[in-house]
Amino acid sequence: MPARPFRLDVIKLVLWTIGGGLILFAVWGSILTLQQGRFTPEAWQSFVIAGIALGSVYALIALGYTLVYGILFMINFAHGEVFMWGAFSAWFTAAGLSEQGLLETNPVLSFFLVLATAMIVSMVIAILLERIAYRPLRGAPRLVPLITAIGASLVLQYTARGFFGSGVRAYPDFGLFAGVVDLGFLRLGLDELVVILAAVGLMLGLYFFINRTRTGRAMRAVSEDKDVAAMMGINVDRIIVTTFAIGGVLAGSAAILYTMLFNQVHFFMGFLPGIKAFTAAVLGGIGNIIGAAIGGLILGILEQVGPNLFLTGYNIPSPNQLQDVIAFSVLVLVLIFRPHGILGRKENA
Amino acid sequence: MQKYMRWSAILVVLMLVLAACQDGGGDGSEEPGESTAAASEPAESMGGGSAADCDADEFGCIEIAEGDPLVIGTALVITGANESLGLDSQYGAEVAKQLRPEIAGHTVEFNHQDDGCSTEGGTAAARALLSEENIAGVIGTSCSSAGIPAAEILSAEGILLVSPSNTAPSLTAPETHQDFYARTAHNDSIQGAAMAEFVCDVLGLTSAATIDDGSAYADQLAAVFAAEFQEQCGGTITAEEAISVGDTDFSGVLGNIAADAPEFLYFPIFVAEGALITQQAKDTAGLEDTVLGGADGYFTPDWLAAAGGDAEGHYLSGPDLEFGGDFYEAEFLPAYLEFSGEDTTISVFHAHAFDAYNLLAETIEAVAFTDGGTTYIPRTALKEAFFSTSGYEGLTGTLTCTETGDCADAKISVSQVTDGAFVKIWPEE
Repeated sequence: MPARPFRLDVIKLVLWTIGGGLILFAVWGSILTLQQGRFTPEAWQSFVIAGIALGSVYALIALGYTLVYGILFMINFAHGEVFMWGAFSAWFTAAGLSEQGLLETNPVLSFFLVLATAMIVSMVIAILLERIAYRPLRGAPRLVPLITAIGASLVLQYTARGFFGSGVRAYPDFGLFAGVVDLGFLRLGLDELVVILAAVGLMLGLYFFINRTRTGRAMRAVSEDKDVAAMMGINVDRIIVTTFAIGGVLAGSAAILYTMLFNQVHFFMGFLPGIKAFTAAVLGGIGNIIGAAIGGLILGILEQVGPNLFLTGYNIPSPNQLQDVIAFSVLVLVLIFRPHGILGRKENA
Repeated sequence: MQKYMRWSAILVVLMLVLAACQDGGGDGSEEPGESTAAASEPAESMGGGSAADCDADEFGCIEIAEGDPLVIGTALVITGANESLGLDSQYGAEVAKQLRPEIAGHTVEFNHQDDGCSTEGGTAAARALLSEENIAGVIGTSCSSAGIPAAEILSAEGILLVSPSNTAPSLTAPETHQDFYARTAHNDSIQGAAMAEFVCDVLGLTSAATIDDGSAYADQLAAVFAAEFQEQCGGTITAEEAISVGDTDFSGVLGNIAADAPEFLYFPIFVAEGALITQQAKDTAGLEDTVLGGADGYFTPDWLAAAGGDAEGHYLSGPDLEFGGDFYEAEFLPAYLEFSGEDTTISVFHAHAFDAYNLLAETIEAVAFTDGGTTYIPRTALKEAFFSTSGYEGLTGTLTCTETGDCADAKISVSQVTDGAFVKIWPEE
């Protein structure tokens, strides 16, 4: 039996200590909180549901990051702005419809018009991004498209600021999603229910598209090996454009779901959800589609439940101000124990 | 030989450069000489000062050459979610300038900067204004968080900063007051107490929770309210929560507050988060019947539009704008609306900015003197004149400054959102 040399890896030891400490802190905090009995089961339920609703929006945006990463091994940092442009353009449609009165007489049709605007605009922006900013750099070192992405993100943000100003705008009320749904065992806002169902529907659709269609198969092939895929007669450029388009459509729909929950649009609104969604994608294992969905949900739930569960017990004042700290601590934890994310694969490139 | 030539050429160039510098230095050193020569001529003075005052003044004089404009800086939040707050003040100052286009014989020019409603923005705006030499004074900032660093930076250079809308108590508290900082807006130790009185006596509620956004304004106002609410009617504060600027989802913090089911929820924050909390509180189980209230940070139609129907019934405190007299309705408002291009005023501090401009103009003229065509304004004397203002009849009332720069004639009123508009309900006339 060959003796395995035992080596103490100092860095790993430190990381595991930090990780273990964080987990202990969270577990002990949760015990203290639950002992306090401050929150009713209904309150926990509403935190979780709000978290799932927010998480599904993150997941939809995260899919855009992950799809592009899966194929090009680049992080499209301008994806948050694709989301913002969808929300903004749809605001103009919604405001216009509201002025014409169609919003009141036919809210369902108006809603789908607004949704279509967001999806189409986001898709067009994503395709243009690929064509103008990324394709010319396809063969360049990895850092180059990354920096271009950050630049593109700034250009998109400040173009929106130039066109639409820096104020906050509120969506007109569709009057469709007000109210509470009582399922007996579960009470949740109708808007939350619609957001969750829509997000699940879109993700299932994407899953079937990737796994059951010719284009989907081609996307998987390109993701595995671009050169071999090209030899097999796959038009790699077209597949890449398709990937960006799908990411854009998902971001556009996420934008509408987000505004259903939060109702406000402004030129900087893409930044934070973009960062959060990127975190979700990394959390789930970047490049992995189911991973992005899981990562989004975990992040959303942790943001809502985490501060109240982990910190209330320690009597920390204003725990909810620390929700981002919790979200990113979880990212750190996952990266310590599973450097490739929850469902990630080891990179071969 | 060639090498030697090259070196000597470089040497000649260097000498020429040095000589040029010498010339420049020479010009500079002559200047004080010139001005002392001018000083010996009889000084034509408005405030009765002389060049000796400038030397005696710790910060020297603001000097404005004949025919040059007198520049007043503004540092207000003129972009972003809270732009209505800053633009409102800016229009107020513009109206004042329109009615009084000259100060001490010089046309007034504004240098508008954006305070961003943040510490960083206040720092940047103050630094940008420093680059304007001989700035006569600054109207700003809009937000207290911006006011703290701006007051520090400008006071260090002896530049007067007069805020039309900073209300955080710490800005004029003796321990933290910066020498050249004053304000025409009320102090929140008054606003917080007024709101507590309203909630205690008029609404008759006994428990309340507060949310602040970590800004100097919200943090201090929420604390004043909490203390006064406990003191005035023995009310219970169930939670003092905080959120971060830029957050959008508040179900966690609202759920936490709902656990104690307070009767009143007070969140004196700003427009974007204020609107979101207004909406989300209505959807939070346990807060459906809680009365909501805020303050002048989001007392603007922008907030009404963003909060939509959920704003109905909301209570907001702010400065009382029923000034009495005809001037406001007949002259100020039409001019304001022309500048803004809106149908109504967009926030509640325009009159305070108007007063800030005029008070600045009055005191500049009181201390300025001209000498050989140049107008001199000794900085410390200007500050002292400003701080000794007493019984000045302004638009917002009778202004008297304290030693730490509180100049407002503070009158607080509470309005309620009724049918999508702000309706003043307290104090009753």
